[in-house]
Amino acid sequence: MTMTDQPTGVLGSRMLRREDPALLTGEARFTSDIVVPGALHLALVRSPYARARILSVDTSAAAALPGVRAVYSGADLADLWAGPMPCAWPVTDDMKNPAHLPVAVTQANHVGDGVACVIAESAEAARDAVEAVIVEYEPLEAVTDLEDALSDRVVIHDELGTNRSYTWDLKIEETDGACDAAFAAAAYSVKERYVQQRLIPAAMEPRAVLAVPQPFGGDMTLYSSTQVPHILKVMTALTLGIPEHQLRVIAPAVGGGFGSKLNVYAEELLCVALARRHALPVRWTETRSEGCQATIHGRGQIQDIELAADADGRLTGLRVRLIGDMGAYLQLVTPGVPLLGAFLYAGVYELPKAFDFSCTSVFTNMTPTDAYRGAGRPEATYAIERAMDALATEIGIDPLELRRRNFIPVDKFPYEAYTGLVYDSGNHDGAATLAAEMVGYTDLRERQQSQNVPGATKRLGIGLSTYFEMCGLAPSRVLASLNYGAGGWEAATVRVLPTNKVQVVTGTSPHGQGHETAWSMIVAEKLGISPDDVDVLHSDTAIAPLGLDTYGSRSLSVGGVAIAMTCDKVIDKAQQIAAHLLEANPDDLEFSHGQFTVAGSPDRAMPLAAIAFEAFTAHNLPDGMEPNLEAHTTYDPPNFSWPFGTHICVVEVDTETGEVEVLKYVAVDDCGNQVNPLIVDGQVHGGVIQGLAQALFEEAVYDSDGNLRTSTLAEYLVPAASDVPPVITGHTITPSPTNQLGVKGVGEAGTIAATPAVINAVVDALSGLGVRNVPMPASPNTVWSIINAAQGGSQ
Amino acid sequence: MVHDGGHGLQRGGADRANQGDPVEITVTINGKAHTADVEPRTLLVQFIRESAGLTGTNIGCDTSSCGACSIHLDGEAVKSCTVLAVQADGNAVTTIEGMAAADGTLHPMQQAFMENHGLQCGYCTPGMVMAATSLLKENPTPTEEEVRIGLEGNLCRCTGYHNIVQSVLACAKG
Repeated sequence: MTMTDQPTGVLGSRMLRREDPALLTGEARFTSDIVVPGALHLALVRSPYARARILSVDTSAAAALPGVRAVYSGADLADLWAGPMPCAWPVTDDMKNPAHLPVAVTQANHVGDGVACVIAESAEAARDAVEAVIVEYEPLEAVTDLEDALSDRVVIHDELGTNRSYTWDLKIEETDGACDAAFAAAAYSVKERYVQQRLIPAAMEPRAVLAVPQPFGGDMTLYSSTQVPHILKVMTALTLGIPEHQLRVIAPAVGGGFGSKLNVYAEELLCVALARRHALPVRWTETRSEGCQATIHGRGQIQDIELAADADGRLTGLRVRLIGDMGAYLQLVTPGVPLLGAFLYAGVYELPKAFDFSCTSVFTNMTPTDAYRGAGRPEATYAIERAMDALATEIGIDPLELRRRNFIPVDKFPYEAYTGLVYDSGNHDGAATLAAEMVGYTDLRERQQSQNVPGATKRLGIGLSTYFEMCGLAPSRVLASLNYGAGGWEAATVRVLPTNKVQVVTGTSPHGQGHETAWSMIVAEKLGISPDDVDVLHSDTAIAPLGLDTYGSRSLSVGGVAIAMTCDKVIDKAQQIAAHLLEANPDDLEFSHGQFTVAGSPDRAMPLAAIAFEAFTAHNLPDGMEPNLEAHTTYDPPNFSWPFGTHICVVEVDTETGEVEVLKYVAVDDCGNQVNPLIVDGQVHGGVIQGLAQALFEEAVYDSDGNLRTSTLAEYLVPAASDVPPVITGHTITPSPTNQLGVKGVGEAGTIAATPAVINAVVDALSGLGVRNVPMPASPNTVWSIINAAQGGSQ
Repeated sequence: MVHDGGHGLQRGGADRANQGDPVEITVTINGKAHTADVEPRTLLVQFIRESAGLTGTNIGCDTSSCGACSIHLDGEAVKSCTVLAVQADGNAVTTIEGMAAADGTLHPMQQAFMENHGLQCGYCTPGMVMAATSLLKENPTPTEEEVRIGLEGNLCRCTGYHNIVQSVLACAKG
């Protein structure tokens, strides 16, 4: 392998994003911006009940309205589906998965569940017709409480006979009894219950779909605001029973995803199916209030976590029991979310093989949950980081000191953990030390001593979170062991055009992450050319036919590495051509800054530009060599990558109002080598505020009848600029040894680390008042009530 | 800074629309007159996107909460989902497409967003830029806190607002 031996300075620079001008001027096209003449508009009739039998659907009045082309009940459409809505992660062989069709036929199971649909000549006509569809329901008792669901007092899906979808244990070989023994021998132990409230992802672009058939050509083009055009193509073909090779999926500009667009949705399948039936384009754009009910929710877990520790506070055992809220149905990876967290419950700490994890997931009459930024890992990190603070309180030592006693030491990496997973590299004490310096930890603790005196109404709190991200999803064989229905590879093509411009084809599918900029930087560095000469092609299955898309902070550490590896193949081929033309031994050539030179003879040189043209004309290539300068790689990563860091949040809690003010937020993240620190910081900023929003503001609130009470952005509190603090970022750099770029990933770090840091700070502020826990979101009312209860108040 | 709903508008279209039938209106958008028949319930944002074909103005909610559809109406930022198209009859609108110079030079606020990584997915960005330029018109030298309060009508899910605030402060500095 020929490596560029001298850095060009492109990698690691704060290069401005090439994506920005189109987005800043309105030139970028999101799905709902694409105009297709003659398109029909889809609208869904959605259940107002959380659980109800569908007795009849009268479509006649709606069908008679002007502009309406057709009105369908679920029964009318039942023959369109070759299979149910796809769930790609049957986590256990006996997992229960209820009937789930794009439009319900016999029973609606959450508010917003589709029960009929309309296609019409305008969006307004479709919406008006929805109002005219008469559905006769028999309302049934709904279940919204997880423990109530677990009791099977009311069974939601009759055919399953239970609300339990599955129980999944993380088994560690030859450790039977080790966990019980650790707790029996523990000097200290804590047992805590945490509740991960449901969240609404609320990407700023609502979902949108446009299916354009070519009735006489046979092909179908599906535009969707999706993170996963490749997965969507496979699943649409399977679910509709249509030929995959005649389906093209395009994700145009996509306005954020955060996991909510990592899915296969009813509206995508409906647009394709009805475009086929009517031989006309069919489109749909979600309204926000519709999206709050019909796009997946995140989180939704009850976590019971127990820690055992020795006399020095070192962890000796860990037990976790989860109840996972699946919602009404299993969407694409719904059941797998708790599993993704299962490997992170010991956080960044050394734990002997004394671990006991079990998760039981249940159905409820609420919107299905699925992956939301972090997907299982924020939940796990929250539990261990909150529990570590509880343990520190129990022992009576500083929470930073307790963490330091438990960090995996630098010299033990690569480190084989209790789960058998190998952590690639880490320097947890380094990150914690930097974060503590940046925030002024020692001074803050002193200030806290003097400020939080008895009777003080403004109490200072300092909260820590030390975390692992676990990204680079994923080695395909590991996914197989978890019963996941696909691999974790990523594909790349690098094509040097005759004029030495480069096309990169990637299977990743960005929606705000800046892949066009970052991938061009990787190629520019490798090939010694300007990033301006690199075009990045993506998110269209006709142009980038192979790929597994963007989620789980996988894009750089799998897709970006695949691009770097492909550049090496291009350089190898170019080297053969250069040697041939320079009449030199290939091994005597050096490649640097886009030019091959014969070692020791600087005048015998050939730039990549000349080789690209030679490869194109193919007039004088080595015997047997194929023309053109292009290479392809499908890269299956050997391991996950393990970004890490320390976040510290400083808050002041007003005990009279319950208001939490964030005074300072410091994030030190180590994601290995950074391709573009500007983009890294942006990912951290956004992730931190999203995590902070779970801690302080956001919750999908259902009443006991299953009505979603936060179904607009007026009620669901996505924070505004005035609600949140600046984020002070710092970095340590510990390269990953498992890939040539030394990169790890950073997309979810902020959401993983921030939530426990904020709540730890709030609890720390109130610890002198007898408060041990504060439920999320820590709204003023909640905080005030907790303080009042801890003080023995009755209000 | 974004105001909810237009005020001081010419009301010709609105009066005629009381009948419920489609009404012909003319709105000048980015200096060009756009005339179309609209239903009385048509929102200004729909007119901009569908009748004028200017899709840079985005729709992010249905409760006037997110500000993605912010535009300038007679020089003042408003959420174009809070104004009926007929209310804008005879008025002047500037959208994100009207911000860059004819030669392609970005508006200083657009340039500041680019240089400070004030956008990621870009969906809230047109509205943010329109709100931010209006904010600086009202307060040319805001503090960080004033920028945060001034933009509270515009939601962003990607950036955590950090770099949006930096962009606006950088633009104010010039």
